[in-house]
Amino acid sequence: MVRLSINGQPHEVDVEPDTPLLWVVRDTVGMTGTKYGCGIAQCGACTVHVDGIATRSCGMQVSDAVGKQITTIEGLAKNGVLNVIQQAWIDHDVPQCGYCQSGMIMAVTALLKNKPKATDDDIDREITNICRCGTYQEIRSAIRSIVAKT
Amino acid sequence: MNFQPKFDRRSFIVGSAAAAGGLCLAFRIPGAIADAVSEPEVNAWVVIKPDETVIIRIARSEMGQGTLTGLAQMVAEELECDWSKVTYEFPTPGQNAARNHVWGSFFTAGSQGIRGSVDLVRSGGAAARMMLIEAAARRWGVAASECSAAQGKIVHASSRRSTTFGAVASAAAKLAPPTHIPLKDPKDWKLIGKDVKRLDTPDKTQGKTIFGIDIRLPGMLYAAFSACPVNGGKIKRFDATKIATNTGVKKIVQIEDYGVAVVADSWWRAKTALDALPIEWDDGENAKVSSSSIDAVLKEGLDANDVVVGNQSGNAKAVLANAAKTFEAVYSYPYQAHATMEPMNATALFTGERCEVWCSTQNGDAALAVVAQAAGLRPERCDVHKTFLGGGFGRRSSSQDYVRQAVLIAKQMPGIPIKMLWSREEDMTHDWYHPITQCKMIAGFDKDNNLIAIHYRISGQSIFASIGPTQIRNGLDPVTFSGFSAGGNEDAFGYTIPNLLVDYAMRNPHLHSGFWRGVTINHNAIFIECFIDELASHAGIDALEFRRKLMGNHPKHLAVLNAAAERGGWGKPAPAGIFRGLAQAMVFGSYVAACAEVSVVGNNVKVHRIVAATDPGYAVNPGQIERQVAGSFVYGLTGLFLGGITVKDGKVEQQNFDSYDMMRIRQMPKVETVLMPSGGFWGGVGEPTICVAAPAVLNAIAAATGKRYRTFPLQAQGLSLV
Repeated sequence: MVRLSINGQPHEVDVEPDTPLLWVVRDTVGMTGTKYGCGIAQCGACTVHVDGIATRSCGMQVSDAVGKQITTIEGLAKNGVLNVIQQAWIDHDVPQCGYCQSGMIMAVTALLKNKPKATDDDIDREITNICRCGTYQEIRSAIRSIVAKT
Repeated sequence: MNFQPKFDRRSFIVGSAAAAGGLCLAFRIPGAIADAVSEPEVNAWVVIKPDETVIIRIARSEMGQGTLTGLAQMVAEELECDWSKVTYEFPTPGQNAARNHVWGSFFTAGSQGIRGSVDLVRSGGAAARMMLIEAAARRWGVAASECSAAQGKIVHASSRRSTTFGAVASAAAKLAPPTHIPLKDPKDWKLIGKDVKRLDTPDKTQGKTIFGIDIRLPGMLYAAFSACPVNGGKIKRFDATKIATNTGVKKIVQIEDYGVAVVADSWWRAKTALDALPIEWDDGENAKVSSSSIDAVLKEGLDANDVVVGNQSGNAKAVLANAAKTFEAVYSYPYQAHATMEPMNATALFTGERCEVWCSTQNGDAALAVVAQAAGLRPERCDVHKTFLGGGFGRRSSSQDYVRQAVLIAKQMPGIPIKMLWSREEDMTHDWYHPITQCKMIAGFDKDNNLIAIHYRISGQSIFASIGPTQIRNGLDPVTFSGFSAGGNEDAFGYTIPNLLVDYAMRNPHLHSGFWRGVTINHNAIFIECFIDELASHAGIDALEFRRKLMGNHPKHLAVLNAAAERGGWGKPAPAGIFRGLAQAMVFGSYVAACAEVSVVGNNVKVHRIVAATDPGYAVNPGQIERQVAGSFVYGLTGLFLGGITVKDGKVEQQNFDSYDMMRIRQMPKVETVLMPSGGFWGGVGEPTICVAAPAVLNAIAAATGKRYRTFPLQAQGLSLV
């Protein structure tokens, strides 16, 4: 049994310790907001926070997540109130197909936590998630609007 | 396990208790129509609940293009409901068949989602409004003609009575539908043309949206699948005993003569076991194919005689033979993979009596047919529950191969729902790729420097030879000549060339080809727009002026080109180091043009800004059109710079995003959309703009470097997108 803390809740899961965290979150725990895109930590669709750090969960063994606080897209809203990034995504109507957006929002949430005044250069350097629909222009606008209010 | 056809699809409980220590998650699949509808529909399109919630039924698939919201706007425009109360659901193809196809086509491709539904959905909304008004009028004992509806309320002005849609919906549902349904004049539209927010955004920001990959059914098992890496190859043998006792593995099954699936209690266990399964493939003759052999086959087609003609006027060959000057160029466009962010997957439940599938598909009708055929059941005993799509781009309309495979696996485990998911590597290896195509162009000028003839010889793969050979008539694939048509409402060639010949030599390598967002115009627009730019250079005439002289008979083509050029600053000094390029096309019924600004430093290309003009006739949701236009440049420029599928020993070489890269936010140019709907026709939006991305940027690169790149992707030519 592997013990995990996901979105503040304890979970015990019966999986091999080298199972990627992504598949434990999705298939074993049943939180499907975190997406599979590549399995090689290239696309970022599976991004979660591990102790607050944006982490591509397809590349992390579940055993390495033991004792750490895991946050998924389902855990961002508090008491039904969306976080500022989620709200900006709605205000700017960012998502198209939406498949990459869980990972994108997790990556941006971590970026703005560390750098509330993130510049365009910061965005370019740190947001490397793939969006195949091409929502990058709206993502940048949404981030800029949050930074402007900070 | 007994099949329970009546389980409530709206709120079934997904038990992960066994694996997760008692945790249960309850959710509904957004869009599924409940078996037992508690509130009656007013008609097939509209359900109104007593609390005034308006459920609009959407037949087309939502894959990011925004059709869901646009179609709802069109129904709501005629319905006169309160937009803030609108929600949606997806009927199933089975329900459509059972109701004499009341929702029309489910096919979501060809930029047809809105324009192919215009009258049908508006009539659905209008008929529902008429019935609601009629129900209120009867209740009040007045004539319906004295009543009006707006914002979900019905008013009888002279008696100052009013009621709500929700209060009369049940009564309205019992009325006979009207036979004469007048629609609003476009000048009276209040909701069509408005930037309302997408209906699906809030769920997509919280991980709540259910894509095919997210389906969870009680007792469900997971399948990993592998087909012979060489398309057309077969299984020789595999040794199931090597993995049969692996933890969680339930079954190892062969699929037809070309694939193997491992079914387990989690996808990771299934995939790990599949990776460890010794499989011996019989690659067959196709193992001899490589990119260089494909290139040679296409090259031969450039001068071959077995051709079909797509468009001609005058006598191009004779005029070229006697022209004062001729210029020739050969362009080569590669295979491209769709690489939808959600890899192919489907969940199937087969009981022997029935078969149901949950999946992302652009073609619900075709998916249902595939399910019935694979299950060996009558279509009435099958159904397909469409989810949201994690990207489509034509992959999920080209083939329902993944649906068929899921059913064939489930058939071997009756009563157990099976979710089959391809790995990214499987997805990239077994795509239905953008067709590899070359084009040789010869142009002739007279002694006064007038362009008098062009011959375009296309040589390449036919999409319909892969996806539907019966639709090829007299050697003519219906989509080959996109953008080259002699007039018409879909994809007219924008230039008047006195002597024109466009012909095609079909050459079909062994990879499947399919619709890749934009389809054949993606390469045809490069052939047309880069070569016309080359000819302007040869003639020593400004690229815009040169085009204008040839576009007198095509005012709508010219209008978008002029708009992009003007807003883009064409003819005015550009900032230091910045160079501009133009392109235009008409396709999917819309007129599009772009003016790109690039700089080139060494081998690094930076695309700074693109002005894109679009005339789609009518603009249902301008904000969403802007997003489709901006996203089109990501798709088009990814293909131009980073894409390109190559073949070695019959296998696709690219396997994942490390070898098939995608544009990132740092490479995104500033896109400015000039939306100029001129009215009177309905054009598409999701695809047209992609085709001007590559030629506008290529022409700007030529302006910057003096060099014409004619073989793609540019990455393979040493250019990097920065």
